[in-house]
Amino acid sequence: MSEIRALIVDDSSVMRKIVERSLRQAGLNLAVVHEAGSGTEALDLLKVKDVDLILSDINMPSMDGLEFLRQIRAQNLATGVPVVMITTESSEEHVKQAIQAGARGYIRKPFTAEQVKERVLPLVNAA
Amino acid sequence: MAVSLRESVQLVSDPQNLDGSVDEVFQMMLGVNCRRVSGPRAEEPESVTAVVGFGGLLSGACVFKCGSTAARNIATHMTGMEFEEIDDVVKDAIGEICNMLAGAWKGKVPNLAANCGLSVPAVITGRDYNLHVQAPEFQLHHAYQFEDATFDVTIVCDGLQ
Repeated sequence: MSEIRALIVDDSSVMRKIVERSLRQAGLNLAVVHEAGSGTEALDLLKVKDVDLILSDINMPSMDGLEFLRQIRAQNLATGVPVVMITTESSEEHVKQAIQAGARGYIRKPFTAEQVKERVLPLVNAA
Repeated sequence: MAVSLRESVQLVSDPQNLDGSVDEVFQMMLGVNCRRVSGPRAEEPESVTAVVGFGGLLSGACVFKCGSTAARNIATHMTGMEFEEIDDVVKDAIGEICNMLAGAWKGKVPNLAANCGLSVPAVITGRDYNLHVQAPEFQLHHAYQFEDATFDVTIVCDGLQ
């Protein structure tokens, strides 16, 4: 598997570390992991860094994950890069909103490394 | 048709939903099994309380409270790091546990999952404080234990549409 440059967006530094660990446990060959604590911070990062995969929380202060998704499309950032939402919100409506905003996958917290593998690996392999 | 939770109050306040949510979060995120315990939790001088608010069809909060030792233990399980004090990482970990508990709990009732939002967690640390909620519609208060760590989870509902 080729090396992956990942961006993990979550206002919790603990969750960012757990997501990174889960990606490694899922077998992803991570060359670099960028972290952002909000959608605003993530947008700034995407203007100067190329990534192959984005994982984002939804409930975040300053700019939530859905607005972040809309903004990366509106600003033509990270074109074609798969975005997977990782969030406590799990209703069909939330999943629908995320998919409509451009997400390619959805993982509900709490999650296992196996679930991360199932949802993320196909997207990475298809890219 | 307007969605209402009034007719499903029994389902919303089912204590098993809270037990199931605690099991799910602690098994998946910490790899530990929790058991519900009765009686008052042994109080430590310093404690950590996380609060995640509910808004929408149900207004209220999910409150997670534990002593300093349990908080550091939980953070260690989540991060693989050791902690000697309640630092920002420990507070962050406890806030996330409360956030996941609130999400898992509301996810047990489909109408609640779809029509009730969560606030970002607030975390309080210190000694000799109480959290007081006036006349809730209903309240669930359970204590749990894993290894030597005990903690309380409270669901406070102060309004139901």
